[in-house]
Amino acid sequence: MNKEQRRKKRYQAEKRFQAYGIVAISLALFFVGLLVFKVFSDGRSAFSRTMIKVPITFDADKLGITNINDKDEVENADYFTLVYEQFIKSYPYSNDKEEKQIIKLLSPDYEFEAKNYFLKNKDKLGKTVSLLLTASDDFDQLHKGNFPRNIPEERRRLSNYQLGIYDQFLKEGKIEKIFNNYLFSKGDSRDPELAGFGGAILGSFFSILVCLLISFPIALAAAVYLEEFAPKNKLTDLIEININNLAAVPSIVFGLLGLGVLLNVFELPRSTALVGGITLALMTLPRIIIPARASLKAVPPSIREGALAVGASRVQTVFHHVVPHAMPGTLSGTIIGLAQALGETAPLLLIGMVAFVVEIPGSPLDPSASLPVQVYLWSESAERGFVEKTSATIMMLLGFLIVMNSLAVYARQKFERKWN
Amino acid sequence: MNLVLLIFILLFSLSLFFFSKSRIGYFSNSKQFKLKALPKYYAYYLSLWCALPAFLVLVSWNILEPTIVKNLIFSKIISNSSNEVSRDELNLIFQKIKAYYAGNFTGQLSEVIKSGADQYKRLLSVAASSKVVIFFVTIVIFTSIALKNVANNVHAREGVEKIIRILLFASSVAAILTTAGIVFSLLFESIKFFSTINFFDFIFGTSWSPQKAFVSDTSAKLSASEIKELSEAFGAIPLFAGTAFIALIAMCVAVPIGLFSGIYFAEYASTNVRKFGKPLIEILAGVPTVVYGFFAALTVGPFFRVLGESFGFEVSSESALAAGLVMGVMIIPFISSLTDDVINSVPQSLRDGSYAVGATKSETIKKVVFPAALPGIVGSILLAVSRAIGETMIVVMAAGLAANLTINPLESTTTVTTQIVMILVGDQEFTSAKTQAAFALGLTLFAATLVLNFIALRVVKKYREQYE
Repeated sequence: MNKEQRRKKRYQAEKRFQAYGIVAISLALFFVGLLVFKVFSDGRSAFSRTMIKVPITFDADKLGITNINDKDEVENADYFTLVYEQFIKSYPYSNDKEEKQIIKLLSPDYEFEAKNYFLKNKDKLGKTVSLLLTASDDFDQLHKGNFPRNIPEERRRLSNYQLGIYDQFLKEGKIEKIFNNYLFSKGDSRDPELAGFGGAILGSFFSILVCLLISFPIALAAAVYLEEFAPKNKLTDLIEININNLAAVPSIVFGLLGLGVLLNVFELPRSTALVGGITLALMTLPRIIIPARASLKAVPPSIREGALAVGASRVQTVFHHVVPHAMPGTLSGTIIGLAQALGETAPLLLIGMVAFVVEIPGSPLDPSASLPVQVYLWSESAERGFVEKTSATIMMLLGFLIVMNSLAVYARQKFERKWN
Repeated sequence: MNLVLLIFILLFSLSLFFFSKSRIGYFSNSKQFKLKALPKYYAYYLSLWCALPAFLVLVSWNILEPTIVKNLIFSKIISNSSNEVSRDELNLIFQKIKAYYAGNFTGQLSEVIKSGADQYKRLLSVAASSKVVIFFVTIVIFTSIALKNVANNVHAREGVEKIIRILLFASSVAAILTTAGIVFSLLFESIKFFSTINFFDFIFGTSWSPQKAFVSDTSAKLSASEIKELSEAFGAIPLFAGTAFIALIAMCVAVPIGLFSGIYFAEYASTNVRKFGKPLIEILAGVPTVVYGFFAALTVGPFFRVLGESFGFEVSSESALAAGLVMGVMIIPFISSLTDDVINSVPQSLRDGSYAVGATKSETIKKVVFPAALPGIVGSILLAVSRAIGETMIVVMAAGLAANLTINPLESTTTVTTQIVMILVGDQEFTSAKTQAAFALGLTLFAATLVLNFIALRVVKKYREQYE
C-alpha cells in the first residue's frame, strides 16, 4: 500500500466516523419525531365528539309531569323511556335484538343529557326539538374512521345492521362532530365517550401544589444552610453525600416510602393528592437543593463581603443580598423539579392514586388520579376510544411540561445576572 | 379542627407582629428606652416564639395521637379477654372498631367491638379537647415568656437569627430523614420477610411465584413443608436476570447512539446544529416515562410481533426487546449530554498535540480524546445503568408479568420494579409474605442503585479533579 492509498483510507475512516455521529443523531431525532407524531396522530380525534341528532318531543304525559313548576316532578321525570322510545323509531327494526342494537348507538348518558336540556328549557314541554345526543364509543370511532369496515362482521364491534343505521344517519345529516368539552370537564368513566381528564388535571394540580409548598421552602433553606452556614464537619459531609444519592434513588423507592411511612405509620388518607404531594415532595427535594446550591455558589463573594463590611449580620447578608441574587436559578431549578414530579407515575401507583375516580376532586384530601396515572389507567383499557383519550392526555401532559420548562428557561435568561 | 388551629396561630402571630412592631416603634420614638435592635426584630421575635412552639405541639400531637389511642384500646382489650390475643387479631379488632365508629361496619357485631367503639369515641373526644387546651396553654406560656424578654430589652435580632439558623439546619436534616425513612420502611418489612424466608433462598432461588404464598399470616407457626414451599415461591433470580437483561438491551441501544451523538456534538457539530439539535434530543429526557410505556406497549410491542411473524418467529407482544429498546431511547439523552460535557472538558492541548503530529480528527478522537475522557464516560454509563434498573413505568406497561428465566429477547420477562408494582397496586394485607416480598425487592433495588451511583459519582468526580 502506498502513501496515497493509505491517506485515502484514513480520510475514508474520517468520513465514516463523522457519518456514525450523524446517523446516531438522526436516529435520536427520528425517535423524538416518531413519538410526537404517534401521540398527535392518535390523540387528535379525541378532541371531537360524535353526536346524533334525535328529534325528541317532551311529551308531558310520557314524562309524567303534571305541574311544570314542581321541581321534584321535573327532576324525577322518566327521561329514559322518553328518549329510548323516540330514538328507536329512527330506524326500522324487526326484533328485540335489533332494537337493542339501535339503542346501543347512543351513549348510556342520554337520559341525563335530555334531562339537562329540559331543565334549562322548560318551555319546550310538549314541543319537538332536535336534540344532539352523544353517540356511543363504537359509533364515535366508526365516524372518526378508526374502525375499518371491510373486515368480517364477527370481528367488528358494530354489526352490519348498525353500519346500515350509520349510513342512513349520515345520508340524513343526523351526525355531527362537536368539540369534546367532556374531555376537559369530566372525571374517569367506564365509557370512553364520557371519560375526561378533568379530574386528573385537578388531582395533578393539587399534588403539585402540595409538593411545591413542602419542597420549595425546605429545599431553599437546606441549600442556604449548606452553602452559607454549614461548618465543614462529618455531619454536613454526610448531608451532602446523602442529597446527591437521594437525587438518584429510583422513584419507585419513594413510593415504597410513602406506602410504608405515610400510609401505614401516619395513617394519612389513601389515594389522595395530599399523600401524593408529600411523596413527590420528598423526591423533588434533592432535585431542587442541587440547582439552588449551584446558584448560591455562583453569587460572587464580593456581594457578601460588601454587605458584611457595612455591618450587616451573616443572616442579614444572606437573606437581603445573596438569596435574592440566587433566586432566578433556584426558581428555574424548582420549576424543572416540579415538571419532573408532574410526569412521575410509579410512586403514585404505590400510594393508591390508581383508584377509579369518577368525581372531580375538590381538595387535596379527596381521592383523585393524576395526569400520568390517567395515562396508565386508560392505556390498560381495551376500547379503541381510550387509545385516543390516552394520547390526548399525553398531549395535555406534554403541553404542561413544555410550558413549565420554557418558563424555567425564560426565568433564568431574563433575570439571572452575569457576574463577569 | 387542625385547619382552624393553624389559621388561628397564623392570624394571631401576624397580628402580634404588626401590633408589636408599631408599639415598639412608638416606644423607641418616645425615647423611653434605647432599643438593641430594629423594632421589626422584636416583632419577629414575638411572633416566632408564639407560633413555632404551638405549631410543633400541633404537629407532634397529630403524629402521636393515633398510636396512643390504638395502644390504649389494645391494653383494654387484652385486660378484658381471658385468653391470649395476638398482635394481628388486635389490629383486626381495632379496624372493626374504627369501622363501627365511622358507621360503615358490616358483619358480626360483638361485645368487644361495641365497648371498644365506645371507648374509642371517648378517647377521641378527650384527645380533641386536650389538644386544644395544650395548644392554647403553649401559646400563652411562650408568648408571655417572649413578652417578658422583650420587656427586658433582649437582643432581639440575635434571638431571631438563632431561630432562623436552627430552622435552616433542620431543613437540611430533612434530606437525612428522608433517607432514614426509606431505609427504615424498607428494612422493617424486609426483616419480617426474611424471618420466614431464608435470605439465600430469596437471593439465589430460581422460581418466582408469589401467588403461591397462600399463607397470609407469616407470624403463625408453619409446618416444615409449608416453609419449604414458601421459600420456593420467592426465588428472585428470574427477576434479577430479567432486570439485567432489559437493562442490557437498553444499553445496547443507548450507548452507541448516545456516545456517537455526544462525540459529534462535542467535536464536529457547528454552533447551529448544537443549538437546535441538543435541546431536541433532550426532549427525550423530559418525556414522562409513562408516555414511553404507552409507546412501547401500544406501538413498538405490536410492531415487533407483526414483524417477527412475517419472518416466522414467535414474538411475545410483551417482549423484552420492545421494553428494552424504548428504555434505551429514554436513556440516549443522559449518555449523550454527559459524554458531550466530559469530552468538552478534555483540555484542548491534548487535541493540538495530536493534530500537530498529523493525525486526522477522528484518529485524535479515537486515540487521544476518548481514552482521556473514558473514566467520565464510564461514570455516565454507570449512572444510566442505575436509571435503567430503577425504571418502572416502561417495564410495568410493556414487559411481562410472569417470571421466566430466559435469554431470548423475543420472549417476555419480568423485572424487579414490575413485580413491586404488581404486588402493591390494589388492596394489600400488610401481614402477608407477598407484600413483604415487595419491600425486600425494594431494598435490593435501593442497595443496587446506591452502589452504582456511589461508584459512578466517585469516578466522575475523580476524573474532574484530574483536569482541573
